[in-house]
Amino acid sequence: MTLLTRFALRRLLAALLVLLVLSIAVYALFYVLPGDPARLACGPKCTADQVAQVRTQLGLDDPALAQYAHFLHGLFAGTDISTGVGTEHCGAPCLGFSYQNGEQVTSLLAQRLPATASLSLGAMALWLVIGVGTGVLSALRHGGITERLLTAVTLAGNAVPVFIIGILLMLLFVSVLGWLPFPSYVPLTEDPEQWAWNLVLPWLSLAILESAKYARLTRSSMLDTLSEDHVRTFRAYGVRERSVIGRHALRGALPPVIALTALDLGTMFGGAVLTESLFGIPGLGKSLVDSVRTEDLPVVVGLVLVTGFFVVLANAVADVLYAVADRRVVLA
Amino acid sequence: MTSPLIEVEDLTIDFPTGTGTVRAVDGLSFSVEQGGALGVVGESGSGKSATAFALLGLHRGSGARIGGSVRVAGVDVLTAGERELRGLRGGLAAMVFQDPLSSLDPYFAIGDQIAEVYRVHHPKASRRAARGRAVEVLDRVGIADAPRRARFRPHEFSGGMRQRALIAMALACEPRLLVADEPTTALDVTVQAQILDLLGELRQETGMGLLLVTHDLGVVAGSVDEVLVMKDGRAVERGPVGTVLGAPRQPYTRDLVAAVPRLGTAEPRGAATGEVLLEAVGVRREFGRRGTRVAAVDGVSLTVRAGETLGVVGESGSGKTTLGRMLVGLLEPTGGELRRPGARSGAGTPGLQMVFQDPVSSLNPRRSIGESIADPLRTAGVLDDAAIVARVRELLERVGLDPDWYHRYPHEFSGGQRQRVGIARALAPEPRLIVCDEPVSALDVTTQAQVIRLLGELQRELGLALVFIAHDLAVVRQVSDNVAVMRAGRIVEYGPAGRVYEAPEHEYTKGLLAAVPVLDPDESAARRAARRRALATTG
Repeated sequence: MTLLTRFALRRLLAALLVLLVLSIAVYALFYVLPGDPARLACGPKCTADQVAQVRTQLGLDDPALAQYAHFLHGLFAGTDISTGVGTEHCGAPCLGFSYQNGEQVTSLLAQRLPATASLSLGAMALWLVIGVGTGVLSALRHGGITERLLTAVTLAGNAVPVFIIGILLMLLFVSVLGWLPFPSYVPLTEDPEQWAWNLVLPWLSLAILESAKYARLTRSSMLDTLSEDHVRTFRAYGVRERSVIGRHALRGALPPVIALTALDLGTMFGGAVLTESLFGIPGLGKSLVDSVRTEDLPVVVGLVLVTGFFVVLANAVADVLYAVADRRVVLA
Repeated sequence: MTSPLIEVEDLTIDFPTGTGTVRAVDGLSFSVEQGGALGVVGESGSGKSATAFALLGLHRGSGARIGGSVRVAGVDVLTAGERELRGLRGGLAAMVFQDPLSSLDPYFAIGDQIAEVYRVHHPKASRRAARGRAVEVLDRVGIADAPRRARFRPHEFSGGMRQRALIAMALACEPRLLVADEPTTALDVTVQAQILDLLGELRQETGMGLLLVTHDLGVVAGSVDEVLVMKDGRAVERGPVGTVLGAPRQPYTRDLVAAVPRLGTAEPRGAATGEVLLEAVGVRREFGRRGTRVAAVDGVSLTVRAGETLGVVGESGSGKTTLGRMLVGLLEPTGGELRRPGARSGAGTPGLQMVFQDPVSSLNPRRSIGESIADPLRTAGVLDDAAIVARVRELLERVGLDPDWYHRYPHEFSGGQRQRVGIARALAPEPRLIVCDEPVSALDVTTQAQVIRLLGELQRELGLALVFIAHDLAVVRQVSDNVAVMRAGRIVEYGPAGRVYEAPEHEYTKGLLAAVPVLDPDESAARRAARRRALATTG
């Protein structure tokens, strides 16, 4: 256990380092992008006075290192920022101020996060069940008609863009069958039942798109483990086929699935842009689209950082899970 | 209860392939009495493993077509229902496989895997009782500190311990038959002796029958009462082990027995007096990072002269492969010095070549064998294309292959032929020294003998020096002038082959030699008794 704990700590430390590098890169965006950072941060509607004020607020006249240190300080300890009409405290993690929205970026994103989390986690559960299930079935029916059929269906799902799947699903379940309400986001804290009903279609659209990948991965991974010697051992000792497959073959096939899930989930937390836009879900993806369109730079930077944070975190967690599943990883 | 333990009649096994079916077993009949022990020997492709698998009905669902009849412990294996078959597997007849690492699930504790099997056959047993049984059998097969080790995963066990664990799994349900498919092939010779001793003890103790499948005649000699020799899916000869190995009636058996390398019978070889080609002085190689650094080779000194064969023997992990790689310059030593008197400095190592163990993976499957052999010549850049092709054809002929096979691919060849290709590739740049790393350990005995003969011929004709690395003491004895015995990165004994084998000085060498299986069953039994006595006196 100590080995595993040490591995986990090492892995999380490495993740922190990656995040630090990421923050430097993101911060450099301010400078790399063409144009006046102050004007970009303030937005196209700002007056010259406001731009000057923002410039002082952002400390753009300070040396670059000092600016970055200030940025980091805000990130970890919070800082005071001017809002154009006064000064307010921006608690850690402070990602800056959106002058266009007149709101702190952190609280702006915090409002959007639950919707994105609801969408991503629910879709993940669904695509894991569909993807892994189809994958296992394909592996067991290897070479048969079932496998070919499943492959065709999942590939088709993967090949169709999410906005088409989404529209078709809406057409079917909302307009024709009338089984589901026209999706509009209801927070979980408000009404759990409505929350779930409204999210069924977005979940399904994302899951159909993603599950093909998982089905293919699970299938090939499962075929590998099924041909392994230890699976033969348990068959030769009279263990039921159900246990052989569930306990021994599937267990061995899961690690790559865990790794891919972490990657996908991390990315999706940064916003499933198309799905959120299509179903009008007020999540991070939607605010990314909005902020890019209105050139609201602080929000864009904040979003990139948050997305990076989730991707790195999810991967670190996946590595630790991977090690829990397969202790040999710890030794490597 | 006088019905035989195994009754196989007119067994045929056909495997479907892309181009038709391959008959692996062809009209095989044999029986084994209760508590009897039968050794099934044969070369690869003889159908011996397919037969063993058929005893437990393991071909079901694989697409193989089985004919004839198989009865094991009263169960008609070919017609039995799923339920009856599951009861047979592990309950009445248990199987031990060749590769003990891959045969256990890497994700579960060893004790839990044994307990799982126990509960399959004793559904009423509690989890706790099953775990207790697992610890009991692990203890029985000689795993020290079994209650703690039962919680280990397979990668935390050594090769020998894993095979013991697999045998423990087999014992868990007290089967009446143990089917062992090459149980010691992946193990070192001293561990092999321990495992075979253990199987013998368990048989005596429990009265279970044994079907031992192996390619190694030495392994069956001391372990079974009767031997069945198989070739191309048919039984060639069957009889008491002493008779079959001592006075074989069939020509095939005679060839097989004759091909087995023996410890005592080496042609006398002239002492090598040629010039020194390679000299290692205190060579050392470490792996790993600070804190976990391990010296794979730890201060080795040796000399190789022109025309000489230096045998390097040792068990797995002794550092012999690392040493070989350093000798040809594939690895840089981290300490010590490699001297090559007479070689131009800084010109790479054209005078040194290597032949690898696995003739399958050491040839690029996507290149024709001719191209593989031509590679070192093209790299040298001296000859033009036509000359290279001519030279490759000449080399193919030299190693006993048809020059017209230039454009064929590795998968079209047998293991022995592929190893000949490997030798031709090593010969291409006209080296003076070839390091052969386990060149014959993946081959059948008869093929092994042919490849060894080829190496000997080449050495005489071309005046080659060979460094012959192997774990098989008898093979090394056959080919070597001098022998170095390695253990834990060091040479523990080094000298003329005759002296090292006939009058070993180091305890480790003595132990290795005592563990080598012999063909004579009586001698084998005597050695086993000696090992047991030694064990009893040392505690």
